[in-house]
Amino acid sequence: MKIHEYQGKQLLKKFGVAVPRGVFCQSVDEAVKAAESLGGNLWVVKAQIHAGGRGKGGGVKVAKSLDEVREFAGQILGMQLVTHQTGPVGQKVRRLLIEEGADIRKEYYVAALTDRTTQTVAIMASSEGGMDIEKVAHDTPEKILKVFVDPEEGLSAKQAAELATGIGVPAASVDSAVKALQGLFKCYMETDASLAEINPLILEGDGNIKAIDAKFNFDSNALYRQPEIMAFRDLDEEDPDELEASKHDLSYISLDGNIGCLVNGAGLAMATMDTIKLFGAEPANFLDVGGGATTEKVTSAFQIMLKNPKVKGILVNIFGGIMRCDTIATGVVAAARETHIAVPLVVRMKGTNEDIGKKILSDSGLPIITADSMADAATKIVAAVK
Amino acid sequence: MSILINKDTKIITQGMTGKTGQFHTEKCQEYANGKNCFVAGVNPKKAGESLMGIPIFGTVKDAAAETGATVSVIYVPPPGAAAAIWEAVEADLDLVVCITEGIPVRDMLMVRNRMKKREAAGGKKTLLLGPNCPGVITPDEVKIGIMPGHIHRKGRIGVVSRSGTLTYEAVGQLTEIGLGQTTAVGTGGDPINGLKHIDIMRLFNDDPDTYAVIMIGEIGGPDEADAAVWCKANMKKPIVGFIAGVTAPAGKRMGHAGALISGGADTADAKLAIMEECGFTVTRDPSEMGKLIKKLI
Repeated sequence: MKIHEYQGKQLLKKFGVAVPRGVFCQSVDEAVKAAESLGGNLWVVKAQIHAGGRGKGGGVKVAKSLDEVREFAGQILGMQLVTHQTGPVGQKVRRLLIEEGADIRKEYYVAALTDRTTQTVAIMASSEGGMDIEKVAHDTPEKILKVFVDPEEGLSAKQAAELATGIGVPAASVDSAVKALQGLFKCYMETDASLAEINPLILEGDGNIKAIDAKFNFDSNALYRQPEIMAFRDLDEEDPDELEASKHDLSYISLDGNIGCLVNGAGLAMATMDTIKLFGAEPANFLDVGGGATTEKVTSAFQIMLKNPKVKGILVNIFGGIMRCDTIATGVVAAARETHIAVPLVVRMKGTNEDIGKKILSDSGLPIITADSMADAATKIVAAVK
Repeated sequence: MSILINKDTKIITQGMTGKTGQFHTEKCQEYANGKNCFVAGVNPKKAGESLMGIPIFGTVKDAAAETGATVSVIYVPPPGAAAAIWEAVEADLDLVVCITEGIPVRDMLMVRNRMKKREAAGGKKTLLLGPNCPGVITPDEVKIGIMPGHIHRKGRIGVVSRSGTLTYEAVGQLTEIGLGQTTAVGTGGDPINGLKHIDIMRLFNDDPDTYAVIMIGEIGGPDEADAAVWCKANMKKPIVGFIAGVTAPAGKRMGHAGALISGGADTADAKLAIMEECGFTVTRDPSEMGKLIKKLI
């Protein structure tokens, strides 16, 4: 689960990382009032959406007067912000962050993430802040420093100071950077984050180190014990179909193709998508119906897939194990009837009670095409939608 | 022979008295020598009782001491699952199979680091399979986990995969064309886990009864590439390889917590390329895994 920048900064502040003073706003008037209350003569008006690359898309502007705050807030609020992460349609801006301006002398990059190889938490730092870190990693990998932290022992002051010095933080500001790095690590662990990134972390004219941006991602398996993080959830930022699917305990991801697919198991679901592509079409979605697919779940899955106007056919691929093929067949027939499915439907089932399942499908009187292998199923659905 | 488990393995079930644990323990008992293999359950509140003819103990340590069991399987719900793994490790078991899906990553990080430190300090090395895995089966001998037993057949092919149903798919294809399996192993879909592809490939390499291996992977993480590089230098047996997720978009979690493309090196295409380079017979058509193995042996 992702959160907004202003929420991320609240978390960082709680763990001792310095952030600029700022106010979260939802209207132009609120934005102007916020700037007045912050004082000074320089403010930053920042669009709050979950995608990155907001600055390049015109979602972050520096205002030198209250009139400019009003002007920029008016421009940004309600705009359809397009970044490299939003897709061509963009994301509507509903929230703003108004912040005091910062006296930026130098920009750094720091992040915490789980490292799968060492099974520790990696703290990454770079002198190349404010840039696309993937580009830095590709072009100048030597400019990214990493330490692997034992999750129980935590990031020591010595490790943090070495990192800070390594990325060029001046000696007088190392203590401030250590505080930021240790705060970042602690915040990462205690909130069950899967990514915590500050880009840029800045050195100010007075020598202080501050977080100018905050990007967080959280482990969805741990949200049950993170009520504070759950309260940050913004449903406006989520794909409506994926949201609807999650209510029915379905794992669903929208894609760009025209063949919907319903599969049990994440690995088999990906393999089914790949097979569709291999035989000349594109999958419209990833959908793992899980281990206990009831008629209700299959019906919801059909409804969600058929809501997508691009879907020209559906492929069901089930490997019956504990979940029996006859149960799934009954669910598919009921779902096809209830949703009045008008696109071709190919069903491939294997495993427990496969013959009974196939008989239920053929006895249903519905125009269901059955298939034996995944390749056979993909060939048939691709032919049917052409 | 087989790897990890056989008909003489004695197994403790942690979380046996819950709905899922009870359901699957019954299926495991019904399979091959299961009745003799599943010798203990653990539930501190029900110590001294029994369920399905299996005695229940208060702790894993008690269960192991009383029955001589050396392996445990875990169905404990996510909030307590990492602690259940640790309890099995502290009881000096050989192997812990954790089926539970949805364990917080932080809990797995903590328990994995504790396991490594215990080992480094001279403690017993306990192998962990999973979490979020289907388990492991040696056909006609014993099954530990949630896979459908009847699709398997005893034979000479090893199967390893992160995913459950994709493992069944491979096994189903093999059985259909008359090829049996030595052992089929699911390593699980989580980012922080125990045994990896490389560990299982090592075991298959050393098992004289395994003639060839199907290695299945998916997007996310370095496991398949690590295994491929090791196999190039060491593996003496033919391997068919498949990676799921060629069509998966970057940055999206595809069902499994660990199935997430986070850089250029962990895409399906990158993994297929390195596996091919390392001498695997790779396929982009998962329907062909069985047929390809048949050609190789």
